[in-house]
Amino acid sequence: MATSPTIPTENRFLDLDMPLMLDGGQSLACPRIAYETCGTLNAAKDNAIFICHALTGDHHVVSDHPKTGKPGWWVRMVGPGKPIDTDRYFVICANVIGSCMGSTGPASLSPDGEPWGMRFPVITIRDMVKGHIAVLDALGIDSLHALVGGSMGGMQALSLAANFPERTRAVLVLASTARHSAQNIAFHEVGRQAIMADPAWRDGNYYAFGKGPEKGLSVARMAAHITYLSEAGLTEKFGRRLQNREEKTFGFDADFQIESYLRYQGLSFTDRFDANSYLYITRAMDYFDLAEEHGGLLANAFAKSKARYCLVSFDTDWLYPTAESRTVTHALNAAGLPVSFVELSAPYGHDSFLLDVPALDRVVEGFLG
Amino acid sequence: MNAAHAASLRPDLAVIAENVSPGSSVLDVGCGDGTLMQALQAGQGCATRGMEIDAANVGACVARGLSVIQGDADKDLAFYPDKSVDYAILSQTLQTTMRPDKVLDELLRIGRKAFVSFPNFAHWRVRVSLMWNGRMPVTRLLPVGWYETPNIHHLTINDFRALVKERGITVEGRWFLSGDQNCSAAAANFRAEHAVFLLSRGN
Repeated sequence: MATSPTIPTENRFLDLDMPLMLDGGQSLACPRIAYETCGTLNAAKDNAIFICHALTGDHHVVSDHPKTGKPGWWVRMVGPGKPIDTDRYFVICANVIGSCMGSTGPASLSPDGEPWGMRFPVITIRDMVKGHIAVLDALGIDSLHALVGGSMGGMQALSLAANFPERTRAVLVLASTARHSAQNIAFHEVGRQAIMADPAWRDGNYYAFGKGPEKGLSVARMAAHITYLSEAGLTEKFGRRLQNREEKTFGFDADFQIESYLRYQGLSFTDRFDANSYLYITRAMDYFDLAEEHGGLLANAFAKSKARYCLVSFDTDWLYPTAESRTVTHALNAAGLPVSFVELSAPYGHDSFLLDVPALDRVVEGFLG
Repeated sequence: MNAAHAASLRPDLAVIAENVSPGSSVLDVGCGDGTLMQALQAGQGCATRGMEIDAANVGACVARGLSVIQGDADKDLAFYPDKSVDYAILSQTLQTTMRPDKVLDELLRIGRKAFVSFPNFAHWRVRVSLMWNGRMPVTRLLPVGWYETPNIHHLTINDFRALVKERGITVEGRWFLSGDQNCSAAAANFRAEHAVFLLSRGN
């Protein structure tokens, strides 16, 4: 693993002293939100860029991951002199509520001293955004220079822009959507069922046993991982090549490289992610439909926004295909807002927004100004 | 438009830039790399937005800080609200669309006024080439062979005049260019390499 030059970051916790009211009707008493900052907030507090992370992401954008030791998930994009330039901007990323990386989630202790487990209330993308707003309030930031998010991060960015229109002046959405499609929900349901079918899940009460539903979570991750790639990408990377053997074994070992790769991806995921968090966060994504929240018309969601928008899709992304970004673009146009949209060509499928796509760097840098 | 900005633009774009009211809102359909949009923003203080079919061009526009969406004039204009800009601009793009007449309708629905520029297929060089060689012309303004040209609906200035008359569209201004020289309306269909029209639906 290539080590990146250490970029000074601050990892902090915000402990809310009041309950977070949730879309589901419940509230979360005094939740904790973990966040990372990088760069310097100027005196006017107008140079902040907030990054929203994806499903299994976290707030370690540039700092090394505390469990895996790998560099932050977006060091390619964020840092001094990078497209999101921490010499100029104060970059913030907060771990979503429901997660297991520092913010309050199902693995956290509830007020009765036991882990929440499945007693944790079901949350929505908008609930995650309320947590982000709490961080902005705590930092005294009235209005962001820009809000940036890919995949589930893009959903949060759209939700924040729609529900808290005065809090950001620009919104950059990568490989995302304004609603989860039937296909998106279907893949998530496969993942959740895999977790819940694992006897070690124990209705979510596995924390005391020292071992969670690792098999189930691993299968969930394997299925999801396929949706993040493209057929061409898989063919190029693995083809039908065999794993460390000359011939097929006529058994059910991981004969093919792709099998071995997926098993590794699934297994290593269980080292860093909580199965219940996976259930809750995928549920939040499935419930996401920004138009539904605003009378069924997506353009209405942006009626009070005055921000600039930029949407980017990738031609090989079949999880959140270009048509989804177009739908958002047309709604923003109908709302009379300045909007840019481009479909970039990249071979990596949905994951393209995290990988080496020089055209993306230029768009991000240009849009942020 | 100050002279420095206008001078660096392609002649038809310079005509458009000189005749857009300062501070107006503009949609540039087929905006390319955003040259006209940037000139209108910097020189005229216009609020600009663009549409462009080529991803690399859109990327270049966004990198310049312009608001441009990747889209196709034949399909994606439908998503713009009525009278949402002062000017809809279509420069050197009409002849590349599937249905130029419908695109024209869309421009005049979205814009209070529309600028349209196009190469004149009845220019004398084109006529001479056809007459003497019997081949589809390849000229300075039509530099690509028939089989790979994006220009699928060649038209002449007189064709365009007939279309706007038939559709009851008001011509508020027209400019005929040979190189960067103006030529008269009377001789335009023979002498002009390209034309710029400013159109409206009247009242």
